[in-house]
Amino acid sequence: MSNAVIRKTLISLAVAGAATLAQADVVIGVAGPHTGAYAAFGEQMWKGAEKAAADLNAAGGINGEMIKLVKADDACEPKQAVSIANRLVDSDGALAVVGHFCSSSSIPASRIYEEGGVLMVTPASTNPTLTDQGLPNVFRVCGRDDQQGDVAASYIVDQLGAKRVAVIHDKDTYGKGLADATKATLNAYGIQEVMYEGLTRGEKDFNALITKIRSVDADVVYFGGLHSEAGPLVRQLREQGSKAIFISGDGIVSDEFVSVAGSPEYVDGVLMTFGAPPSSYPSGKKVIGEFRAAGYEPEGYTLYSYTAMQIVAAALGNNDLDPIKGAEWLQSNSINTVMGKKDFDEKGDLTVSDYVMYQWNAQGKYNQVN
Amino acid sequence: MDIVLQQLVNGLTLGSVYGLIAIGYTMVYGIIGMINFAHGDVYMVSAYITAIAIALLTFFGIESFPIIIIGTLFLTVAVTGAYGWVIERVAYRPLRNSSRLSVLISAIGMSLILQNYVQLSQGANQQGVPTLLTGAIRFSVGDGFVQITYMKLLILLISLLGMGVLTYVIQKTKLGRMCRATQQDRKMASILGIDTDKVISTVFVIGAMMAALAGVLITLDYGAFDFYVGFIIGIKAFTAAVLGGIGSLPGAMLGGLILGLSEALFAGLISSDYKDVFSFSLLVLILIIRPSGLLGKPEVEKV
Repeated sequence: MSNAVIRKTLISLAVAGAATLAQADVVIGVAGPHTGAYAAFGEQMWKGAEKAAADLNAAGGINGEMIKLVKADDACEPKQAVSIANRLVDSDGALAVVGHFCSSSSIPASRIYEEGGVLMVTPASTNPTLTDQGLPNVFRVCGRDDQQGDVAASYIVDQLGAKRVAVIHDKDTYGKGLADATKATLNAYGIQEVMYEGLTRGEKDFNALITKIRSVDADVVYFGGLHSEAGPLVRQLREQGSKAIFISGDGIVSDEFVSVAGSPEYVDGVLMTFGAPPSSYPSGKKVIGEFRAAGYEPEGYTLYSYTAMQIVAAALGNNDLDPIKGAEWLQSNSINTVMGKKDFDEKGDLTVSDYVMYQWNAQGKYNQVN
Repeated sequence: MDIVLQQLVNGLTLGSVYGLIAIGYTMVYGIIGMINFAHGDVYMVSAYITAIAIALLTFFGIESFPIIIIGTLFLTVAVTGAYGWVIERVAYRPLRNSSRLSVLISAIGMSLILQNYVQLSQGANQQGVPTLLTGAIRFSVGDGFVQITYMKLLILLISLLGMGVLTYVIQKTKLGRMCRATQQDRKMASILGIDTDKVISTVFVIGAMMAALAGVLITLDYGAFDFYVGFIIGIKAFTAAVLGGIGSLPGAMLGGLILGLSEALFAGLISSDYKDVFSFSLLVLILIIRPSGLLGKPEVEKV
């Protein structure tokens, strides 16, 4: 290739680059575990955000600019979360991020977004530290683990009347935080847990731990963690003949929980805390219907991600695409979303938490407990 | 009392599986002096093949459990053995006469390739296989009971059988004699007419087959796996191999059992948070006292 040709190619590449910049669009990152053991949650986030972006674009985008989503994969690893956060801020030029999923990823990434002046709305990270850090740019459209732990603990005490509770966690920010929150409320009720231990994420054999649960004769096992460990845990618990009631949090809200457990019979009766069901939001009916028409059940955090995207769009749209002004604006304005009207307090938490108890049945589905 | 016995049962089954995988590390190290870091991922590949084999067999209308398990074992061991052969052919044989470091890097590369290949072809999600064998034997001990599920019994039986057959092959057959000769002195063995490349290939195939045995058993028992599942178990099995004395076949089995038992007993009687800390402290302690592992031969400098 002659020099002239190379030069021409380079120039045309540069022009092409400039052209993409010119129709620059509003770049929004969707950061979560798109690969790895927790990829099912990444998919929920992506489906929700993708649909929201498509709907918003169809209605004219944000102030006439089209939304362009960038998929950022943190695999639920804190280190990777920091590096993709840097990438979103520096090279992708994202104005806002919907994410991350795991609290252990969201917390370190939130500081990068703060430095870069990027608005962050997480649909799923429930660890209290995330908003307690006092960063002005961080919001979440889910509840907090201290609220979730309250709901779980009062259910254990009031509804189940349990006395012997074993508390297990996965040693990760989310899992341990949730287990600690539940334990704190249980202790406040005057119930001392009979066992408090951690397991290792990624392992599949929990038999030794379960024999120990059997030996302390627990009637409730509370687990703070995600479905990939909860599945084998509950299965091995049943295989060892324990009838203890298994309760967990929003980390198991995926139908993958059933396949990881081996069969629906093992998840039958498992309780979990999660936000109020989508059917309680009349404003979400249309979107849910469209999801189902497209052959996708908007389970778990799908609608939360849709909501997060709407909040990002509202914040940017009402403030000339300025994420910092948008963050300030969010603290004093309420936004209509598919999950009803959302208001934020000065920390970035929702003013109303709506955790309720769900129960898995023998068909491998979950329903709200009345 | 019942709890201690139950933990022994838990540890024994876990340990026998570690032992099966450790065989792959130890045999490869014994014969060409390299640590095959892709071995954990060979185990992971076998978990996927297990699921595919079960799906295939049920698709053809086979429902009886013994036929499914025998068919799955046969298919998975064969296909995984083929993987072992190909990996050696592609990633290690071209580097046979280069420095140990290049082979090590090649092994790490192979491990990444396998993980990414499975992730791309099978998806990044958690996978599961349905439970095929349920039920358990229970013994009452004092107030409580000790139980061993039929699946765990099967794990113990098949892994003992696998180890027994392998020991026989290595000790008594012509193939085993060739392996041992190659291990002792590769150059001399090849001068005496042993096709050492072929022997090394065979060792990789045997290692992969043992990992496949463990893959089938664990996948049927726990039911859940993903493309990253080989990492932790690979590290544990490697630890077991080092503990027992890397290069020694009975050492790998012994190391696996010790590691499994120590994990189960420590997690069950003291704390599961620190079980890995305990296992690895044990490893350090044993290596301080016996630097070449429990049954390993001290390295003799060849002159």
